[in-house]
Amino acid sequence: MSAQQIEALETMVRARGVRKSYGSTEVLKGIDIDVMSGDVMCIIGPSGSGKSTFLRCINHLETIDGGWLEVNGHLVGYRRKGDKLHEMRPSEVAAQRRDIGMVFQRFNLFPHMTVLQNVCHAPVLVRKESRSSARAHARELLDRVGLADKAERYPSQLSGGQQQRVAIARALAMRPPLMLFDEPTSALDPELVGEVLDVMKGLARDGMTMVVVTHEMGFAREVASSVVFMDDGVVVEAGSPDQVIGAPQHARTRAFLSKVL
Amino acid sequence: MSTMTTTPRTIRSDGAMGDARDLEVVPLRHWGRWVAALLVGVFAAAFAVSLMNNPNLEWATVGDYLTKEFVLKGVAVTLMLTAVAMVIGTLGGVGIAIMRLSGNPVLRWSAWLFVWFFRGTPLLVQIIFWGFLAALYQRIQLGIPFTGWHLVDADTNTLVTPMVAAILALGLNEMAYAAEIVRGGIIAVDTGQDDAARALGLTGAQAMRTITLPQAMRVIVPPMGNETVTMLKSTALVSVIGGHDLLTAVQSVYAQNFKVIPLLVVAAIWYLAMTSVLSLGQYFLERRFGRGYASSSRPGVVSRWLGSRGVEGDAR
Ligand SMILES: Nc1ncnc2c1ncn2[C@@H]1O[C@H](COP(=O)(O)OP(=O)(O)OP(=O)(O)O)[C@@H](O)[C@H]1O
Ligand SMILES: [Mg+2]
Repeated sequence: MSAQQIEALETMVRARGVRKSYGSTEVLKGIDIDVMSGDVMCIIGPSGSGKSTFLRCINHLETIDGGWLEVNGHLVGYRRKGDKLHEMRPSEVAAQRRDIGMVFQRFNLFPHMTVLQNVCHAPVLVRKESRSSARAHARELLDRVGLADKAERYPSQLSGGQQQRVAIARALAMRPPLMLFDEPTSALDPELVGEVLDVMKGLARDGMTMVVVTHEMGFAREVASSVVFMDDGVVVEAGSPDQVIGAPQHARTRAFLSKVL
Repeated sequence: MSTMTTTPRTIRSDGAMGDARDLEVVPLRHWGRWVAALLVGVFAAAFAVSLMNNPNLEWATVGDYLTKEFVLKGVAVTLMLTAVAMVIGTLGGVGIAIMRLSGNPVLRWSAWLFVWFFRGTPLLVQIIFWGFLAALYQRIQLGIPFTGWHLVDADTNTLVTPMVAAILALGLNEMAYAAEIVRGGIIAVDTGQDDAARALGLTGAQAMRTITLPQAMRVIVPPMGNETVTMLKSTALVSVIGGHDLLTAVQSVYAQNFKVIPLLVVAAIWYLAMTSVLSLGQYFLERRFGRGYASSSRPGVVSRWLGSRGVEGDAR
């Protein structure tokens, strides 16, 4: 194996020139990003800069109009034949998404299912796990996020912070090597933010590769291996938390940080 | 209480309660409601008495015919027509709704065309059309077009009996309405649900079947309950093609003995009884699909009658 191949295997997410437009407005204008296995990358930036859109491109919830994106060494949503990229069938895209966990700003728990059913649903339906092993794993994960006693509740009976922790357990149940978080604490009351961030810090300590869109600068400084500042569809600045948050080089980064810090 | 010399308002609001505790709360009395109830009760009683004493209604005859075999058979046919048409209509409607929301323009437009036609023409016309299909096509042939090969080749009148025509007419018409109701229900589900399902690796069909549709049911069930009640009464329309339903049954008897009013009262009593049972079924369906939503634990009229039980999840 050449050094190049080893490096390729250790890169969990690799984006090159990713472009995305809605109608005539270009939302992503060529994004280059590398996330190493085991890294926590925090993406920060003003509202409307394209952070959510980029995150949704990583698991192909949004199609991209230019450039390419690899997760775990596999092109997302396309297959390369010679010089051409062929669009995958929906079922193939679905299969790729199994290995990418995603946590949303508004939790998006399934309201008609209990907490346990929420967590077990995809492993049983998609990964064809047996119901009993899926349940056992789900209870383990619920314990890990501190909600072992809420397994039989419905989402509407939980606080926002508890719902978001269930959502994290639900994503982890598919045993993904990569987790995406889109502002996981923005919809929470301030006193509930900590419990969700604690779960995420635990994940980071255990070596989970994570891409986190967040406005929590404290979390970014403490946990992130790299921070990316996006504005207007481009990566303005990327580097270690100390570089980007501590000593930003660009005026736009400084202007943004002065508002959120 | 207050002397009017200084800022009386402040004194009054501070002082009205004094040091009092544990005062009895007297609910607002709704005198108007009692008066209205009394008036309605009196008029209803007077109307009931006039119905009882009206010789034209021939209550004895009504009692005789209520459980006659031809009436019960008509009731059975009406129930069967309703059930089959609703099953066809609901399943087909889900299909059409999904087609209308599909990314495939061919599916989208054919579904639109279907709804446009079957919702845009009167049900009575559709029933007559199916009933007299033989006037349009004497033989029905199913096969590969332009090759002369046929899987089915039959005389229209043997294939499309009045019963088949009735089922086709009611079922296809219901499909068009159900499609719109189901589509509304699907649209009402937050798109974040589909995002979450697909992010977990579910295929579009799996997400629709296990995440979106079950939640859409909450919106779909009440109007579909309404549709079922309407359908039950619409089956009476198939009497124009001799469909053997309840209304056809009583009509064929009063055509001979001229006891029109009593026999229509018999039919009305049965229709009322059937729609009442349907309403009860709708209540239970609504409760089933309301699981996980806060409002579903509110006791309704029926649960107060039947002795209230909480929603499963709440009890634990
Ligand atoms: N489905 C869509 N159709 C049209 N425009 C869209 C759509 N989704 C997002 N946009 C636009 O794309 C731009 C980037 O949106 P995006 O949600 O990625 O921003 P963001 O950085 O996540 O912002 P926020 O911090 O507010 O979440 C915005 O201008 C938004 O209006
Ligand atoms: Mg966003």
